[in-house]
Amino acid sequence: MTLELQRTALLPADGAAPQAPAPRRRRRRGPRVTVLLAVAVLVLVVAWAVLPQLFTSHDPLAGVPADALQGPSAAHWFGTDPTGRDLFSRVVHGARYSLTGGVVAVAVGLVAGTAIGVIAGSIGTIVDEILMRVVDVLLSIPGLLLSLSVIILLGFGTTNAAIAVGVTSVAAFARLSRSEVVRVRRSDYVEAAFGSGGRWGSVLLRHVLPNSLTPVLALAALQFGTAILAISTLGFLGYGAPPPTPEWGLLISEGRSHLATSWWLTTLPGVVVVLVVLSANRLSGAISQARTARS
Amino acid sequence: MSAQQTPSPAPVLDVRGLSVGYGGGRGGTTQVTHEISFSVAPGEILALVGESGSGKTTTAQAAINLLPQGGQVLAGSIALDGEDVTDASASRWRSLRGRRVGLVPQDPGGSLDPTKRIGDSIAEAFRIHRAAPRRILADRVVELLERVGLDDPVRRAKQYPHELSGGMKQRVLIAGAIALGPGLLIADEPTSALDVTVQRRIMELLDDLRRESGTGILLVTHDLALAGEAADRVLVLQGGRVQEEGTSEVVLGNPTAEYTRRLLADAPTLATPVHRVARTEADRAPDEAPVLAVSDLTVEFGGGFLTRTPVFRAVDGVSFAIPRGTTHALVGESGSGKTTTARAVAAFQGAASGSVTLLGQDVLALRGPARRALRRQVQLVYQNPFGSLDPRQTILESVLEPLTNFGLEASPGARREHAVAALERVSLPAALHRRRPRELSGGQRQRVAIARAIVLHPELLILDEATSALDVTVQAEILRLLDDLQRERGMTYLVISHDLAVVRQIADTVTVLRRGRTVEQGTTAEIFASPQQDYTRDLIASIPGGVHP
Repeated sequence: MTLELQRTALLPADGAAPQAPAPRRRRRRGPRVTVLLAVAVLVLVVAWAVLPQLFTSHDPLAGVPADALQGPSAAHWFGTDPTGRDLFSRVVHGARYSLTGGVVAVAVGLVAGTAIGVIAGSIGTIVDEILMRVVDVLLSIPGLLLSLSVIILLGFGTTNAAIAVGVTSVAAFARLSRSEVVRVRRSDYVEAAFGSGGRWGSVLLRHVLPNSLTPVLALAALQFGTAILAISTLGFLGYGAPPPTPEWGLLISEGRSHLATSWWLTTLPGVVVVLVVLSANRLSGAISQARTARS
Repeated sequence: MSAQQTPSPAPVLDVRGLSVGYGGGRGGTTQVTHEISFSVAPGEILALVGESGSGKTTTAQAAINLLPQGGQVLAGSIALDGEDVTDASASRWRSLRGRRVGLVPQDPGGSLDPTKRIGDSIAEAFRIHRAAPRRILADRVVELLERVGLDDPVRRAKQYPHELSGGMKQRVLIAGAIALGPGLLIADEPTSALDVTVQRRIMELLDDLRRESGTGILLVTHDLALAGEAADRVLVLQGGRVQEEGTSEVVLGNPTAEYTRRLLADAPTLATPVHRVARTEADRAPDEAPVLAVSDLTVEFGGGFLTRTPVFRAVDGVSFAIPRGTTHALVGESGSGKTTTARAVAAFQGAASGSVTLLGQDVLALRGPARRALRRQVQLVYQNPFGSLDPRQTILESVLEPLTNFGLEASPGARREHAVAALERVSLPAALHRRRPRELSGGQRQRVAIARAIVLHPELLILDEATSALDVTVQAEILRLLDDLQRERGMTYLVISHDLAVVRQIADTVTVLRRGRTVEQGTTAEIFASPQQDYTRDLIASIPGGVHP
């Protein structure tokens, strides 16, 4: 009610014909900066993935045994590992695996989950019931356990690990997209679209999907961060890419045995993972914020 | 708070030169009210009347220090019971609210915590102010519920909000507002979400309260007739300025301000003369079949195979027919089945039995492509145009869509022209065509919805409370537009409304519904001149302003 009152209070005095009431925007404060920072981090990491050679001249795979286990320095920003490979180079090259992994995982969750959600939400009735109970079952299985089961079925590897992680987020996407579709489907404008002769498919594409996908996209950004973390977990456990792939989870896993003496081997790749995950979360928050501001 | 019957009682609320503004950020401050002064004496009802944007709600909010974020008092003073509270601290206000001033909100549906029992909601006021010992709390709550006229208060106290009707919820909220015996009640549109008969009872309750307890009431309303009937004095606001002030007899009977006169003229009451020439059976060719014939329509809900909910009969044997070019109105309170009937006519709702014949076709039997084809002939205008327009589409896209759906006109260019013509017909200039619904006013949005409906040249237009969310002057404009369109195109209207005063202005024939059944049916003139049923008489008597000139 308050919002409505606020709105009416700000409408031009002559309620009959308000001249060009511009959409009112809330004052934006601090968060702008953190959003920019998050975008900067993500852009940098994507650039690493696309053109790693621009950022480092060291070979991620070939090591110089003489330089083994050196701490961070001007020559080796992140130090070197037990075989003398440059860790920064490995992190930069590893971005490709972790990011593609994240993208694949989110794509699997987004496509499969949204498809299930949209079908359940738009058809309703018994189809909805069945699909949602399946989703409930999926939700009841711990994520890591589910990923491990999937990866055992599919076999080890980066892509398979990504798919396994994606499967765990299908349920969340399905739940959210279903609830959004149901909300939009019950709105007057969808009925009005049918009333003006819209066919089922065209109403779904033109009205229901565009109006229900924003929160789903916000979830996708959030899941991207989580997926990178989960893929790193699988990599750490040894279910992901085999060595010497410089995948981030694997880097941390390999550094584990030198935790006491060479802190940089686990800490620095870990910091990178944390930064990327936090950035993705911040971006997700910004998307849903923009949505609430709009509606 | 009760015995304040001194010869010239000190006002419970005294507002002097109040100016309120919003903003203060980038855009600077927008002043929304300008030096408003008034006072409310004990036992008096003062009505703040005006359209949306007139500053009436802002003024009321300032009086209880509940301005929304960004709002601030720029000048003037507010005194409660003689205490200047203009600059009172937040904690002082917390102790004033409830004790000295109570608030009755607009929307009873959304103002009660759905997870709390009624009794607990009311007891909260005592608990916050530590105003009653725990052991007698339950008794006090029951007393209050009894005081506001709820039957079986002991049982009601244990119920949840969803088990109560809108009118009951409003009574509960009033009980909460008067719990600590405040000298002032602020009632912000307390009845605008309620049916007319319920509205009358709530207004009677407020009237009792001020007489018996000497409570002063600040009534905020857009309804001039309601204000005239309930209030002792009326303050008419426009654009944040006082246009007129005086006793309700004077303001409504003999308005001096031009604005008040316009408001009065635009707000139809039962006393307003009907200018429209009724189009009746006699005018049309005797052999022509009616555009719409509904016969013995019954719609049921529930009774699910798995859920086993009891069957609820929303529409029970309703019949009516509408000749071409005339307007038929379905009237009744909420839950009377009028909207369900309209949705069955538009093929949005199946029926248990009966028939709906539109232009010789049985609507209920149609499926798939045939039903879609029929939709060209019947269009619906919804109560809330903000909800019935896709927020992502520009209004031109919205109006274009039906044409595209039916593949009318030869080329996309011709369709666009047609859509532009429809928007211009409803007086929406080209400058607005690229706007989205949120960038338009309520009246403009409803014009878009009408343009979208008439762009297909339908035979039947269903208007489901199409003007009830609009200000009276905007409502009057929309009603004129609809009347013009009907004369131009010979369209047939099915009007759903709870507002009998509006129905009297625009309808040729009326069906009065109650709980899904037809109570009475006839020409508008007959129904209003000599209602045969008690229910119809009660409905007509409940319209505020019925007795005023």
